[in-house]
Amino acid sequence: MDIHYTPEEQAFRDEVRTFLKNKLPEDIATKVKAGKHLGKEEMVRWQKILNEQGWLAQSWPVEYGGTGWTPVQKHIFDEESSKAGAPGVVPFGVSMVAPVIIKFGTEAQKEYYLPRILNQDDWWCQGYSEPGAGSDLAGLKTRAVREGDHYVVNGQKTWTTLGQYANMIFCLVRTDPEAKKQEGISFLLIDMSTPGITVRPIYTIEGGHEVNEVFFEDVKVPVENLVGEENKGWTCAKYLLTHERTGIAGVGMAKEALSKLKSIAWDQKKNGRPLMEDPLFRNRVAQVEIDLMAMEMTNLRVLAAAKEGGAPGAESSMLKIKGTEVRQEIYDLMRRAVGPYAIPFLPEFFDAEAGEGPEVGPEYAPPLAGRYFNNRKLSIYGGSNEIQKNIISKMILGL
Amino acid sequence: MDFNLTDEQRMLQDTVARMIREQYDFESRMKLLEEPAGYSKEIWSQFADLGLLGIPFSEESGGFGGGGVELMLVMQEFGRGLVVEPYLPTVVLAGGLIESLGSDAQKEALLEPLIGGELVMSFAHGEPQSRYDLSHVETKAEKSGDGYRLTGRKAVVLNGDSADKLVVSARVSGDVTDSDGIALFVVDANAEGVTRRGYQTVDGLRAAEIILDGVQVGADGVLGEPGKAFPAIEQVVGRGIAALCAEAVGAMEAACGWTLEYLNQRKQFGVPIGKFQALQHRMVDMQMHTEQARSMAILAASRLEEDYELRERTLSAAKALIGQAGRFVSEQAIQLHGGIGMTWEYAVAHYAKRLVMIDHVLGDTDQHIERYVALTDNQAEGEAAGAPLAANA
Ligand SMILES: Cc1cc2nc3c(=O)[nH]c(=O)nc-3n(C[C@H](O)[C@H](O)[C@H](O)COP(=O)(O)OP(=O)(O)OC[C@H]3O[C@@H](n4cnc5c(N)ncnc54)[C@H](O)[C@@H]3O)c2cc1C
Repeated sequence: MDIHYTPEEQAFRDEVRTFLKNKLPEDIATKVKAGKHLGKEEMVRWQKILNEQGWLAQSWPVEYGGTGWTPVQKHIFDEESSKAGAPGVVPFGVSMVAPVIIKFGTEAQKEYYLPRILNQDDWWCQGYSEPGAGSDLAGLKTRAVREGDHYVVNGQKTWTTLGQYANMIFCLVRTDPEAKKQEGISFLLIDMSTPGITVRPIYTIEGGHEVNEVFFEDVKVPVENLVGEENKGWTCAKYLLTHERTGIAGVGMAKEALSKLKSIAWDQKKNGRPLMEDPLFRNRVAQVEIDLMAMEMTNLRVLAAAKEGGAPGAESSMLKIKGTEVRQEIYDLMRRAVGPYAIPFLPEFFDAEAGEGPEVGPEYAPPLAGRYFNNRKLSIYGGSNEIQKNIISKMILGL
Repeated sequence: MDFNLTDEQRMLQDTVARMIREQYDFESRMKLLEEPAGYSKEIWSQFADLGLLGIPFSEESGGFGGGGVELMLVMQEFGRGLVVEPYLPTVVLAGGLIESLGSDAQKEALLEPLIGGELVMSFAHGEPQSRYDLSHVETKAEKSGDGYRLTGRKAVVLNGDSADKLVVSARVSGDVTDSDGIALFVVDANAEGVTRRGYQTVDGLRAAEIILDGVQVGADGVLGEPGKAFPAIEQVVGRGIAALCAEAVGAMEAACGWTLEYLNQRKQFGVPIGKFQALQHRMVDMQMHTEQARSMAILAASRLEEDYELRERTLSAAKALIGQAGRFVSEQAIQLHGGIGMTWEYAVAHYAKRLVMIDHVLGDTDQHIERYVALTDNQAEGEAAGAPLAANA
C-alpha cells in the first residue's frame, strides 16, 4: 500500500495545471468563483476547449475519443479544475447518453451522435423523472406506441435539468403497458424540435431556472432513435446510473467550496477577530474538513477497486450520500459565515458581468443563501439519499 | 405551573388564527410580495383594527397591555401564515424602544399613530461590520445646535425601505463596541442626508442599507438619555428574539403539517411514502424538534419580565435551540417532499427559507450559544451551576 501519487501522476497534475492556466478563459473562471450563473455559450465554449485538448470524454473508451484516464487521473483533473474555477462538464451528453450509445447503440447511432456530442453540436437533457415516477422510476407512464417506422410519444417528463438549452432529450418511455414495470420500458432519443413538445420552466427555491417540465403530445419519433432493444430500456437506464455515480462524490467541488468557506471565514469579523478564529465556527469547519478528508480516501479506494471490476457497484451509493452531505454542510457553513448579509436577495447579481460586485454586503455574500438552498437538491436527485441507503442495506448488507 | 391559556389569550389566538386562515393563504401571501412596500397596507390596517398593533404596549400608551405570552400567540400565527407585514420592526423593535425610552410627548406623537396603523417604523441598528454584536455601533452622533448630526451606515434594516420613520442608533462616546455611549434617535426616513437602498430578502421580506450623511436630528428626536440606550436595546431585542422564536414555531408547525400530509398522499412503489419507516422516523424527528422549539418559545415568552441574567440566558438558549431546530425541520421538510420541495411555487420551500433566515436575525445559533455560556459563567461564579429551570424557580 502506498497512498502517495506516483511521479507520473504528479507529472499529470502539472500538465493539467498548465492546461488550465493557459486555456481556461478568465471571464468564465471569474464568474464561477463569484458564484454567478453561467450561460449556455460559456458552458459550450469551455467544453469545446476541453474537446480540442481531447479531455472532454473522460469515461469513454479510447477508440471513441475517450481519455483512457485512470480513476486517480480523473480525480486529479477534477480537483485541479474545481480549484481553477473551471465549470463542471454538463453530464447529460458526454457522461450519460454517450456511454449508453456506446454500449447499446447501433453503428449508425454511434457514428452520428458521438462526434456531435464531442463537438458540442447537440445539447442533451435527461428525460427520466415524471410527476408520478421519481424514486420509483420504473413507474413511469409516458407512452410510446409504434406506428410504422415511428413511435408516437405522449406523456410528461419533469425536473429536466437545463432542458431549456437542449435540442435533444433521451427518454425512458413505456412501450409495453402489459409487461411487468421494468420490462415494458424503452430508451428513446428525441429531437426537441419535433412538433408536439413543449418545455415549461420550473423555478427552484432560490429563484433560479435550471429545471423544466417537458410535455409530449403525439410526438413522432423515428424508430431508428430507439437505443438497444424495444422493452429493454431498463437495462440501459441501470447501466447509465452506474456512470452517473462515478463522479458523484464531488470531491473536487467540495475541496474548492471548503477553501472558499475558509477564505470567507478569515475575512468575516466576529468580536473584532476573524470568524475563522472563533472556537465554535472553527470546530465546525474542522469537522467538515475531516469528513472530507476521509471521503476523499473512500472515493479513491472505491474507484481503485472499481478499476479492476468496471464501474463501481453499490459502494458508489456511499459516495453519493457522503459526498452530498459534506457539500451541503459546507454550503450551510458558508451561509452562516456571512451573518446578516446572507439575508439580502439580489437576483440581479447572478446575471451581472464577471467582476461586478454587489452594492450590498461583501462581494462573496449574495450567492450564499441561494446556493445553500439550491444544494438541498444534492440529496434528492441522482437517486435520493434514502434510496441510496436502501441500496446499501440490500446490496451490501443483505438486509 | 399552568400551561393553559386564559380566556382572553385564547380569544386573541383565535382572532389571529382566523384572520390568517381566511386571508393569508399561500397564494395570497405570494402576491403580497409584489406590493411596492413588500406587504399589504390593507392587511396592516386590519391588524390595527383588530388591536394587534397595540398588543405589547401598556394601556397608558394606548396599547393592550399584553406580555410575552400574548406576543407569542400572535407571532406563532404569523409564522404559520408566513406573514410579511413589518410587525417585528415596527411594533416590537421600534415601538418597544419608544415605549421604553421615549418622553410622554414622543410616546404620544409616535405610539398613537403606530398603534393605529398609520405610522410604520424600523429599527436601524445593525451595521456592515457589526455581525450580531448589539454593542457594535460605529455610526456617530455629534452635537449640533440643540440636537445631533448622524453619520454612518446601517445594514440589513428590516423594512427599512418602506418605513416612515427610523429609530437609529449612533454613538455619542466610547469605542466602537462599548455598550456605553450609544444613543437612539427618531429620524424621518425622508430626512435630508438619508439614503436608502431597499431590496427583497431571501425569505420574501424587505430590508435596506441606509446611509446617514450628516442627518440633522432635533432635540425632540433624541430617545432617552444619550449614551445610555444599551440596556433598553438589549431588552427590546430580547423581546424581538422571543417574537422570532414564536414565529419559528408557527412556521415549523406548518412545515410539519405540509410534510405529514404529503407523506400520506404521495405514492411511490405502490404505497404512500409515509409507509417507509425511514421517513416515519424522520417525520418524528421533525415533530420532536418542533416540540422542543415550542418549549423554548414558551420559556422565552414567559421570562421577558425576569431579571437580567435569567431573562437573557433563557432568550439566548431559546434562539440557539430554535436556530438548529428550524434548520432541521426546513431541510427535512424539503427532503421528504423530494423534487417538489425544491420549487418556488410550493409553500414548503418558503417556510424553509423563513426558518433558516430567522437564524440570521438578532443573533444566530453560534452567537447565542456563546452568549449563553458567557451569561452562565457569570452566574456560576456565585452558586454551583444548577439545572436552569431549578436554579430559577
Ligand atoms: C434540481 C433537480 C434536478 C433534477 N434533474 C433531473 C433531470 O435532469 N432528469 C430527470 O429525469 N430527473 C431529474 N431530477 C429528478 C430527481 O431524480 C427526482 O427528484 C428524484 O428521483 C426523487 O423523486 P421525487 O422528486 O419524485 O421524490 P419521491 O420519489 O416522491 O420522494 C419523496 C421522498 O420519499 C423518499 N422515498 C421514496 N421512496 C422511498 C423508499 N422506498 N424508502 C425510503 N424513502 C423513500 C425520497 O427519498 C424522498 O425523501 C431532478 C431533481 C431535482 C430536484
